[in-house]
Amino acid sequence: MSDTYLPAGMPAPAAHIDGLSQPYWDGTREGKLRIQKCRGCQSWQWGPEWICHRCHSFDLAWEEIEGKGIIYSYQRPHHPVHSALNGFGPYVAVLVELPEYGIRMVGNLLGDRLQSVPIGAAVEAVFEHHNDATPPFTLVHWKLT
Amino acid sequence: MTDRTLRGKTAIAGIGETIYYKHGQSPDSEFKLALQAIVKACDDAGISPHEVDGFASYGDDRSDGPRLAAALGIKELKFSNMFWGGGGGGVCGAVGNASAAVATGMADCVIAFRSLAQGQYRRYGRSGAAAAVAGDDAFLFPYGVMSPAQRFAMKITRFMHDHGIKQEALRGIALACYHHAQKNPNAVMRGRELDEAKYDSSRWIIEPFHHLYDCCQENDGSAAVVVVPAERAKDMKNKPAYVMACGQGGDHRSAAPVHNMPNYPSSHFGKLAPRLYAMAKMAPSDMGIVQCYENFTGGVLMSLVEHGLVKPEEANEFLVKDNLIVEGGKMPLNTSGGNLAECYMHGLELVIESVRQIRGTAINQVANNDAAIIMGGPMVTPVSSLILGSEATL
Repeated sequence: MSDTYLPAGMPAPAAHIDGLSQPYWDGTREGKLRIQKCRGCQSWQWGPEWICHRCHSFDLAWEEIEGKGIIYSYQRPHHPVHSALNGFGPYVAVLVELPEYGIRMVGNLLGDRLQSVPIGAAVEAVFEHHNDATPPFTLVHWKLT
Repeated sequence: MTDRTLRGKTAIAGIGETIYYKHGQSPDSEFKLALQAIVKACDDAGISPHEVDGFASYGDDRSDGPRLAAALGIKELKFSNMFWGGGGGGVCGAVGNASAAVATGMADCVIAFRSLAQGQYRRYGRSGAAAAVAGDDAFLFPYGVMSPAQRFAMKITRFMHDHGIKQEALRGIALACYHHAQKNPNAVMRGRELDEAKYDSSRWIIEPFHHLYDCCQENDGSAAVVVVPAERAKDMKNKPAYVMACGQGGDHRSAAPVHNMPNYPSSHFGKLAPRLYAMAKMAPSDMGIVQCYENFTGGVLMSLVEHGLVKPEEANEFLVKDNLIVEGGKMPLNTSGGNLAECYMHGLELVIESVRQIRGTAINQVANNDAAIIMGGPMVTPVSSLILGSEATL
């Protein structure tokens, strides 16, 4: 039995080729959730971009945030679109809103893959380390609190 | 004051489609399919392909304009145009771009087209085999959010949740499309009738709201239209379908990465639709012909709502087969079968069907056939829509 939510062989994440998202992926390796915060106008920004869409400052910091949010939407895919999912069965992906930062994140909802998924329920981030991968990486999932 | 509008300045004078195939079943290459559709469209317009002087396409079409121009012996290429964005969001935009070139005198006879052989190239519904994904996809693919259906499903989940809309409203859309395909000899799903029981018992692609029949097909084929100045179209072989308006784009940051667009549960037509109707000087109630791109039935639902054709609070009651079919329906929808049941020709088959309806030559002909609205590629960014009209609407 695998200790990851989805089976081995799923595509691994890599940073943007120009390095844009590297600080996020470095953060997950340390068990930290880091997103962009504009030093110009102090706004949070996610997903990553080279400029602040509000004040157009290029001075964007990466700051740790608290991995707590609420389920904004979800899906339970059944049809395997990737060979690693053949025969695996349905799984749950969630869109989590982090109201404090005004952003959303996508991940899997840990637990029974057939569980009912309540929109509006509180969740917290869980780090899933893939230490044996080359190079190693860490995914961020969510669980009901 | 200069009247900055497309309204009535150009017309679609010719339409052409190849045989439509299930993916992988075309005996011809994608580029050859493109050539076939263009030659047919020119023949329908009563012109030689040598008269064409421009090409407009979308969805990263692989049949590029310069190669087409060389292959067809175009005398002088004056317009060569690609609409940004994957998927079918650019279907109406390509017709609009062709019209803009013709209306402004940049070119005189422009083909808007799409060629797509998913058998020859990659299928949209399968993920690639890459071991790693970079950039924005890295925040989605490792979690099993890969295919177009998976990228858009959570928009639909949330829209249905916000408005209390039930699966049966989506079923009504699917049943109407399949119904209209049954009389269409070029519909891939002709002979594959769909009823409520078959829909309800079909397998989940994605739960909730995506049964098998809520999802478009994957096909091989090509389609093309000929756009010329309105005054020229009047004297050509077929009754013109005038371009009354085109809108394209997206609302505020609708392409924001990792599902962070501010207006999330949306087909992204909300800002575009008022501009479209204003340019056409028409209202939703004028649209006797309604064609909406079905990537997924939930996208159709949101498009109809955002174009003012259905109110969300009335969707459960209104979106039933009887209201959406040509035989007595209040709003016949996708009268040739659309992406679901005719062919996933990235929506260009919907433009062509609208022209047939305006000409009065459709297989499932509507009675009120002066104005057509076509909505392209809901939920992607940019999206586009088009209003076509008969001479009576000018």
